[in-house]
Amino acid sequence: MVENRSESIASRVKRPSAEAGALASWNRLRRRLGEPIIETCIKLSGLVVVVFVFLIFLFLLKDSLSLFRQYPISKFLFGTEWLPISDPPQFGVIPLLLGSIYVTVWAILICVPLGVGSAMFIAEVAPKHLKNVLKSLVEILASIPSVVLGFLGILWLAPALRDTFHLSTGMCGLTGSLLLAFMALPTIISISEDALTSVPRTYREAAYGLGATRWQTLWRIVLPSASPGILAAVMLGIGRVVGETMVVLMVTGNAPVMPKSILQPLRTLTATIAGEMGETVGGSDHYYALFAVGLVLFAITFAINFVADLFLRRDRK
Amino acid sequence: MNGAKVRQQIAFSALGGITLLIVVPIMLVILYIVINGAGSVSWQFLTAAPRNGMKAGGIFPAIIGTILLVLGTMLFSLPLGVLSAIYLVEYARDDLFTRMIKLSVVNLSGIPSIVYGLFGFTAFVLLLHFGTSILAGSLTLAIMSLPVIITASKEALESVPFTYREISLSLGATKWQTIRYCVLPYAIPGILTGTVLSLSRAAGETAPILFTVAAFYLPRLPHSAFNQVMALPYHLYVIATQVPNIPTGISFATALVLIALVFLMNLVSIILRAHYRKKRLW
Repeated sequence: MVENRSESIASRVKRPSAEAGALASWNRLRRRLGEPIIETCIKLSGLVVVVFVFLIFLFLLKDSLSLFRQYPISKFLFGTEWLPISDPPQFGVIPLLLGSIYVTVWAILICVPLGVGSAMFIAEVAPKHLKNVLKSLVEILASIPSVVLGFLGILWLAPALRDTFHLSTGMCGLTGSLLLAFMALPTIISISEDALTSVPRTYREAAYGLGATRWQTLWRIVLPSASPGILAAVMLGIGRVVGETMVVLMVTGNAPVMPKSILQPLRTLTATIAGEMGETVGGSDHYYALFAVGLVLFAITFAINFVADLFLRRDRK
Repeated sequence: MNGAKVRQQIAFSALGGITLLIVVPIMLVILYIVINGAGSVSWQFLTAAPRNGMKAGGIFPAIIGTILLVLGTMLFSLPLGVLSAIYLVEYARDDLFTRMIKLSVVNLSGIPSIVYGLFGFTAFVLLLHFGTSILAGSLTLAIMSLPVIITASKEALESVPFTYREISLSLGATKWQTIRYCVLPYAIPGILTGTVLSLSRAAGETAPILFTVAAFYLPRLPHSAFNQVMALPYHLYVIATQVPNIPTGISFATALVLIALVFLMNLVSIILRAHYRKKRLW
């Protein structure tokens, strides 16, 4: 309003040149139209994330249903054989699911004690400068591409494990688990550390006031109070391990069989998609089966992240 | 010293030992790659195309491919991510819809990268007829990096003091003018930090580009966004697993260049963050 009036006064006092008039009307137009346009864009962008999650689900579901029209869903979900190119082909997801579970359980068993322990060290014990160094090292680890770790796994870890455990091949579940544990550490450390440092100061002060040592306070007061956050860290770590593709594709030996031990070659859900997609014919049952595997992965990670988010929310309260 | 003190000493040493158990392998990994790779990285290696079935020559097309993919990813994910964060911070009410968006961001960040690859393949390569191309790969990587950009931008916007908005609104500025001139300028460094970090992840990803863009062996540069390209992470995967008898020097040098590229981007983000902290007005 104010601007409009001042403009009209200005035009009465001095006739604006055609150029300035055009500029003013352009500015007016921009103000009147620009703002609704940009605000609409912002609101649409808010929607976009929901749309993407929905679309990803929809696309996976659509192609999975194409499989289930040809191949019974019960045989897919409970079948214990994954033989996509035999005749007739078998698309039982259980060996792949078990492969993922084996690798994940071992990776988590290895990395949770290490991750939470070092988070405790970084949050409570380390002096400030050491803390910064350690945190940047963890960030460096987080940024190493998985394919590089897979490459080192082939060259370095697999032969080492083969010789230690006297295996026929080092390309086995354990090699994958160790590398995945290493890769999940940054997630677990940084979220656990956040949870530990966000425990209110008064809790600590109350414990110190009662004569507790720093360790007693950390172990009996701070750790239990931070447990929802630490559980969330573990859940997100699991999500990261289940979804990791390249490392397991490169080092676990790619054997889609029912795993009996972590020391034998196996194959995960992710590695199956990455390894077989290139060989399938578009529109074949095998092609659709890989989307069904993708749907299983989507469902698993969705559930894990949902639960982790619940824990994080409780931690913030 | 009493018993409790001794136990504290033991416990803290154990925690230190655990931390050492993590720190040492990290350093070993970096050192191992640098020592084995540095010898084979030369100007010629960085600027020549691979020759002789990738057993000789350089990795120039892969470097260019990865840089193009990162730029393409930024082109799509930065505006979308920032606008979406602006919506969440400045416009959204605390209702069911907003909670759905937040849950979607969390879930998008948890979806395995290979599933993004599948989605990118059906949606961009097949449905939209982009073919295996830079465009399809960039879009796939862009969706993957959205959650990180949104989260970082959201934090940056939230950290701008509320009084800035109140003052601007009280002077008669509209909501968008307030955001444009009084909130965004102060949030930009934080947004950039998060963006560069998420792009450095995109640069190192292999699974999403497997079926959407990556070329096995293509010793020339792309002409348009609809061309395939080689990319560093996929190239490393190929020479590490698919092609026999690659000299290990070449593999290590490729790994070194990939890590150096990713670290360089991280470094930029760290410098931005430090710069931002120093210039902060509140």
